[in-house]
Amino acid sequence: MAQFGMVIDTAKCVGCMDCVVACKTENGVPEGFNRDWITQDVAGKYPTLHMEIRSERCNQCENPPCVYCCPTGASHVHDFGGVVLVEHGMCIGCKACLASCPYDARFIHPDGYADKCTFCIHRVEKGLDPACVSVCPTHCMTFGDLEDPNSTVSRLLTSRKYHTLIPETGTKPHVYYLV
Amino acid sequence: MHELTTTRHNELVDPLLHIWGWEIPVYLFIGGLVAGIMIISGYFTLKHQFKKNVFSSFYLPHISLILLSLGMFSLFLDLEHKLYVWRLYTTFKVASPMSWGAWILVLVYPALWLNTLIRIPDRFKGIIPIFDRLSTRINEHPFLIKNIGVLNMLLGTLLGMYTGVLLSSIGARPLWNSAMLWMLFLVSGLSSAAAFVHLIAKDKYERQLLAKADNAFLTLEIFVIGGFISGLLTSTSVHIEAARLLLDGPFAAAFWVFVIALGIVIPLFLQLLAVNEKVRHTPIPPLLVLSGGLILRFVIVYAGQYSHYTHQVFGR
Repeated sequence: MAQFGMVIDTAKCVGCMDCVVACKTENGVPEGFNRDWITQDVAGKYPTLHMEIRSERCNQCENPPCVYCCPTGASHVHDFGGVVLVEHGMCIGCKACLASCPYDARFIHPDGYADKCTFCIHRVEKGLDPACVSVCPTHCMTFGDLEDPNSTVSRLLTSRKYHTLIPETGTKPHVYYLV
Repeated sequence: MHELTTTRHNELVDPLLHIWGWEIPVYLFIGGLVAGIMIISGYFTLKHQFKKNVFSSFYLPHISLILLSLGMFSLFLDLEHKLYVWRLYTTFKVASPMSWGAWILVLVYPALWLNTLIRIPDRFKGIIPIFDRLSTRINEHPFLIKNIGVLNMLLGTLLGMYTGVLLSSIGARPLWNSAMLWMLFLVSGLSSAAAFVHLIAKDKYERQLLAKADNAFLTLEIFVIGGFISGLLTSTSVHIEAARLLLDGPFAAAFWVFVIALGIVIPLFLQLLAVNEKVRHTPIPPLLVLSGGLILRFVIVYAGQYSHYTHQVFGR
C-alpha cells in the first residue's frame, strides 16, 4: 500500500514562500490562516551560526495523535497514501486535535472545522504533485511514495542525510528535511 | 542561541497556542465538582442517610444535575462547529478520552437522576406521577438504593478521573502529559464537593464531617501536586520547562498565591482550627477551596497550552 511522503532539501530552499502562496490559492485557505509556512531556524554562537530554512506543514504522521484523540472520527487516515485528513461534516470543532499536534499544524477554519494540509490529495488522486511542490522554483521539494524503493523520495532518503521534526514525540513524521 | 522565525500566524495557534478559553476550565471544574458530589452523595445514599434528611443525600443529587448541565453547556459553548455536536454520539473511539467522556456523561445523568428519585422533595411530589411511582418502587427494595449509591460513587470516580485524563492524554503539551493529573483533578473535585456541602448544608454534624473530609482531601492534594511537579522536574527538558511555568514562570503568581496558598494551605489551616473547635465554622474556608479548585483548572489549562516541544535541529 502506498505511503505518501515529502522530502525537502533545506540546502536548496530559499524561503521564497511560493509554496505558501500556491497552497493558499489551490486550497482557498482563508486570509489570516496557513496550511504551510516557512520557518527560519538559526542556532549556534556568533560567528559560528547555522541557519536552516524549511517549508513546514502537517507532517502526515504514521502515529497521528490528532487522529487518535478525535472523538467523532472526523480526523482519519485516508486509504489512499496514508494521508491524514479531516471530514469537515463530522468535525465538531472541539480542538482536541489542535492541542495534540506537537507541530501546531492545524487551525480552526472560519467555518468551524479543523483544517490542515492534505498533501493536496485532490491533485495527487489525479496523478499531479501537491501545489506547493509543483511551484517550487528551486525544486527543493519532492513528493512520492515512500513504500516504493525506486521512487525519488525513497532514493533521496537512502542517499542523503535527513532529519524530521521533533522525532522525540514518537509521531514518525512523513515529511523529511535533507541537510 | 537558538532562534526560530516563522511566517505562520494562525489564529488561536500563534504566537502561542490558546485554543481553549474560559469554557474548558469551567467545564473541568464543574465536572470535577459533580464527580466529587456523586461520590459523597453516593456514599450517604449507601449509608441510608437520606432517611435523616441529610443534605448530602437529599438535595445534593438535584443540585448536581443542574451543575452538570451548566458544565455541559459551557463545553458546548467551546465547540466551533456547534450544530454537529450530535456526531459525538454516532461513534465510540476507544483511543479518544473525549469520546469516553461523552459516553460516561450519558451514564452519569441517569445515575444522578436515580439518586434524586430515592427521596423526592415534598413540593415536587405529584407533579410527574411516573417519578413518584419509580420512587415508591425503589424504596420498596433497599438493595436498589444501595446499588444506586455504589453506582454514583463509581461513575463519580470515573467522571473525576476523566477530567484529568482528557488533558494528560495529550502528549504534545508537556505540562499535561503526566500520569498524576487525573489524581489531582479527582482529589481536587472531591475537595471542592466537600467544601460545597460544608458551605451550604445546615446540619452541624454534616458540616463538621465534610470539613474533616475536606481537610483530608486538601492534605492529599498537596502531596498529589508535589508528585505532579516532581514527576515533571525529573523528566525531559521540555517537561522541566513546563514545570517551571508554574514554579517560577508566567503562571507562578497564580499558582502559588491562588492555588496553593489561598486555595489549599490557608483554608486547610482555618478548617483544622474549626474542626478542633478553636474557631467557629465560617463560609470563608469553603469559598477559598472552591475558588482555588476553579483557578487550578484555569492555571493548568492555560499553562498547558503554553507548554510545548520546540524544534532542536542543531542541538542534536
